[in-house]
Amino acid sequence: MVIALLAARRSAGRVGAVVGRNIGAMRSGPSYLLVLLSGLAEPLLYLLSIGVGVGALIGTMELDDGSRVPYAVFVAPAMLAVSAMSGALAETTFNFFHKMKYARLYDAVLATPVGPFELVLGELTWAMIRGALYSGIFLAVMVALGLVPAPGAAAAFPAALLVGLAFGGFGAAISTYLRGWEDFDLVSTGQFALFLFSGTFVPVRDYPAVLEVVVRLTPLYHAVELLRGLALWRLEWGLLASLAYLVVMALGGLWLASRRLARFMFP
Amino acid sequence: MPAKTLCEIVVAVGYGRGVVGEQPLIYAEGLVKRFGDFVAVDGIDFQVRAGEAFGFLGPNGAGKSSTMRMIGCVSRPSGGVLRILGMDPVRQGAQIRARLGVCPQLDTLDQDLTVRENLITYARFFGIPRREARRRADALLEFVRLADRAGGKVEPLSGGMKRRLSIARALVNEPDIVLLDEPTTGLDPQARHLVWERLFQLKRQGTTLVLTTHYMDEAEQLCDRLVVMDGGRIVAEGSPRSLIETYCPAEVLELRFADGTPGEYADKLAGVGERLDPLPDRLLVYTDDGDEALAEVHRRGLIPSATLVRRATLEDVFLHLTGRTLVE
Ligand SMILES: Nc1ncnc2c1ncn2[C@@H]1O[C@H](COP(=O)(O)OP(=O)(O)OP(=O)(O)O)[C@@H](O)[C@H]1O
Ligand SMILES: [Mg+2]
Repeated sequence: MVIALLAARRSAGRVGAVVGRNIGAMRSGPSYLLVLLSGLAEPLLYLLSIGVGVGALIGTMELDDGSRVPYAVFVAPAMLAVSAMSGALAETTFNFFHKMKYARLYDAVLATPVGPFELVLGELTWAMIRGALYSGIFLAVMVALGLVPAPGAAAAFPAALLVGLAFGGFGAAISTYLRGWEDFDLVSTGQFALFLFSGTFVPVRDYPAVLEVVVRLTPLYHAVELLRGLALWRLEWGLLASLAYLVVMALGGLWLASRRLARFMFP
Repeated sequence: MPAKTLCEIVVAVGYGRGVVGEQPLIYAEGLVKRFGDFVAVDGIDFQVRAGEAFGFLGPNGAGKSSTMRMIGCVSRPSGGVLRILGMDPVRQGAQIRARLGVCPQLDTLDQDLTVRENLITYARFFGIPRREARRRADALLEFVRLADRAGGKVEPLSGGMKRRLSIARALVNEPDIVLLDEPTTGLDPQARHLVWERLFQLKRQGTTLVLTTHYMDEAEQLCDRLVVMDGGRIVAEGSPRSLIETYCPAEVLELRFADGTPGEYADKLAGVGERLDPLPDRLLVYTDDGDEALAEVHRRGLIPSATLVRRATLEDVFLHLTGRTLVE
């Protein structure tokens, strides 16, 4: 028991060291900070142009429970989900892949007592820290524009972190399957498809029936459902299903990524 | 706690303190590494004792790095027995790695960090507190003479400087065993001598060194004991001197001729020295007395365009054992 606790503490220290490495890298280079901030720009621009701009044309949107909200209020939580997704994916696909295959960083890390699971967990934790920054700023903008009540924002914040964790784990897992930079086109195409068809801009009930079934299986749909439900404070049982979906996705991704990383790094 | 585990911990601690002095720090028996159908390491046996400098010598593709990676617990043995510090690399990899210092064949320095941060960050992976990590980083940068580059990025460092930084990084956890995969390949003579000097210093302090090289002079300079590898197998083992004594007479006479192939001259010189070895560009005569052999060459009426009498080296041992030169 004592030994297990000591081992857990040592392990946590190693995860922390991986996070610390990323903080050090960010501090010693302006370029990293730039990349970090640019991740925030895209969803904010969408929110402003589509939510506020297109919203002026559309007016209000009917929710599942029959109530109507301004279009920007409807779109904003979805953009928050997209922001959490792309922030996490940028860190765990592009950066993870680069560190694994090109920078040989993981060769160096895994020659120390840090194991593959601790390494992936550390990278995910870092992605979460980054995600917390994105989501925090994004929610602050939403509150400032009057798109979300303060309690809704408070509830959506931890949920947005979970969305990041789920996509982060998923991203780390898929980046172990990528063969080269070419494959990133596939990743961004997939990401863009999710962005368009996850109930982000229109409710999924307006989709053709077949598409609706497919969409209900994809991750960003559940992220949008959860964040929209919490932000607009429309609590339904369906949110629990989305929550469970994201938790499973996070754990599954973490497990698969560390397994695959071990296989790749320790041939 | 199961008795077996307790026993292993006691043994492992004993190793670190030198209590179990007679036991080898690294023990390998019938060690195999396969990549698919390809056998990179083909059943090798060796032992490394505390405080010695042990070398793997061999040409490209001999299986040196594959062996080093298994010792470094970043590659799973495909067969045979491997014990490091009394532990099993598959089950106790993290515990073993905590006590190893690794300088891989290709530098894996962190390009996003400064020189000093590279060391501090690496120390953190071993659970070394930040203050202590800073102290060690500064001491090690002095040790490898990079203190003036501490705040700079890694990228602009020269190859030799990067190598020295890699070596410093391998020492940050004060390891019991330091693994150095080709520590001086690609360095100019001056940089190489600086690295050698530092490795000597480590050796004097009692650190166990395991290194690979395909430089004979490096093996002769640094290694107390070495194995010669070729095609995944060990073809000879011993101290540099004993290998030379076993496989070669004391001296080598090198002959070059302006015309004709060395092979033709080998026929004409049959019986001179103990053994003749015609290489594409020169003829080697192994003998206990090089000057006497040269006199015999002249007596037979042959006039080489260039001659050299030198002591036999590991290069000659390797040539003899494998029929090939080491550095193509
Ligand atoms: N990950 C791998 N997958 C497949 N084959 C490999 C792998 N790593 C090494 N090999 C093969 O194993 C053999 C031994 O390689 P190794 O790197 O151990 O040689 P080496 O003695 O270190 O050579 P060098 O002096 O060039 O560094 C080579 O033929 C190499 O192609
Ligand atoms: Mg090698």
